[in-house]
Amino acid sequence: MENTLLKLEQINTHIEQFHILHNIDFEVQPGEVTVLLGRNGAGKTTTLRTIMGLNSATNGTVQFKGEDITKLPPYHIAKRGIGYVPEDQGIFYDLSVGENMRVGMRQEDDATKERMDWVLDLFPDLKKFWKKPGGQLSGGQKQMLSIARSYVNDNDLLLIDEPSKGLAPVVVEKVIESIEKMKEKTTVVLVEQNFYMASRLGDRFYILDDGITVHHGDMEQLREDEELKRKYLGIA
Amino acid sequence: MELIINLAINGIAMGMLYFLIACGLTLIFGLMDVLNFSHGALFAWGAYVGIWAFDVTESFVIGLIAAILAGLILGLLTELIIIKPVYGNHIQQILITLGFMLVLAELLKVVFGPDIMAASRPGYLDGSWSFGDVTVIKYRAFIILIGLLIFIGIMLVLKFTKVGLIVRAGVMNKEMVQALGINIRLVFIGVFMVGSALAALGGALFVPNSGVAYAEMGMEFGIYAFIVVIIGGMGSVPGSLVAALLVGLSGSFMGYYYSDLSMVVTMILMFIILIFRPQGLFQVSGVSNK
Repeated sequence: MENTLLKLEQINTHIEQFHILHNIDFEVQPGEVTVLLGRNGAGKTTTLRTIMGLNSATNGTVQFKGEDITKLPPYHIAKRGIGYVPEDQGIFYDLSVGENMRVGMRQEDDATKERMDWVLDLFPDLKKFWKKPGGQLSGGQKQMLSIARSYVNDNDLLLIDEPSKGLAPVVVEKVIESIEKMKEKTTVVLVEQNFYMASRLGDRFYILDDGITVHHGDMEQLREDEELKRKYLGIA
Repeated sequence: MELIINLAINGIAMGMLYFLIACGLTLIFGLMDVLNFSHGALFAWGAYVGIWAFDVTESFVIGLIAAILAGLILGLLTELIIIKPVYGNHIQQILITLGFMLVLAELLKVVFGPDIMAASRPGYLDGSWSFGDVTVIKYRAFIILIGLLIFIGIMLVLKFTKVGLIVRAGVMNKEMVQALGINIRLVFIGVFMVGSALAALGGALFVPNSGVAYAEMGMEFGIYAFIVVIIGGMGSVPGSLVAALLVGLSGSFMGYYYSDLSMVVTMILMFIILIFRPQGLFQVSGVSNK
């Protein structure tokens, strides 16, 4: 499509001697939540890391807003407007919640302040524990902080890696609600193994298996395809 | 009692010098994961440049500033030429920085001559104050004051400035700092330069106390700096201060009572820490190797 926000073409990624991603093709349309699904070790996290430049693509291209960002260093990619919430949340444990947010702010202008206010209304716990070290937050609060930090900049795309991992169901519900609200303001690529979360949030899906894209389509289609879910996601 | 106080003051003054050389090293190791054995040579270069500039200008302050500038320049060159090609490889770092330390020591002899250099104190820092039976040597009090001011300055920068927050965040997780849009390379270079400048300042402050500078002095102080970093906890500035004071005080007291055992006690202190608290006295939490 013409207005594709992010496009991966024939991406191959190696980590040391291991060939992780094999000719991945992947597109993200603005305003949508695109979900990357697949079993452990399928290459979902490596796909996000390759987009961010944290793992280098051996060949293939990553285009963001029409620009080839394949060989750019991670900080340039972030400055182009991509926010990243890693699987381990990437919280700076000795820094307070406020300091974690400040490190993440590329600018300290009115627009950033406005986004900060919005995201703190979304996650009131962060305001409550503003001066508490990030390492002392609960798992859910760390996840909220990581998502909030990625949102505070004027990003066009958020890459969120397994936000439900290790969280209690009630906290997962909160995270889903917050991403639903963010979805109205930005585009999201979500890596998720929790199919409930993926189907609640996703507009489109890609399924990876052994580093290969094996299926993609509208989330509606996946919700109804029991055979596909059983085969690649292990959902009976 | 006055003996104990005098030994304590001497120990604290030496501790502050160890702190100056170690605080840069701890940030360099914590942030950049670089084992820089040439760091001690910057201490010697600071000493020589400080003496030379003091001799030429007759201003002790200019001598200190010249040492800081020399540290900044040598730090920049070291990072760009020696360290940059060996990021991520500790074995290569050890070999190349050990070699570079020897090169820097030999270069001192080439530039300033092979003989030891005599150093003097400025008149206004000569002499001592007497408080009853306790005599405080002015210059040692000056070293303690400078060390404290630098510690407070570093802590304020780390706590309240954006650059300081980035450095602290970088010690914990470099990869995430980059993913937030920050050029970690520039931060690396900046920290390396500042760390080198502090080591050079330490050297320039040390020689008026010892009276002489020699090219190999950096090796000795470099070893102490590594011990301080290990005891204090890699990446922790307050840890460096506490460890430096411990090492300074133990060196001062042991040096007086059992001078042959001075270094041994410091080593034993390090071994105890390595066995029972390998992360050091002050651990930086949530450190990622990425």
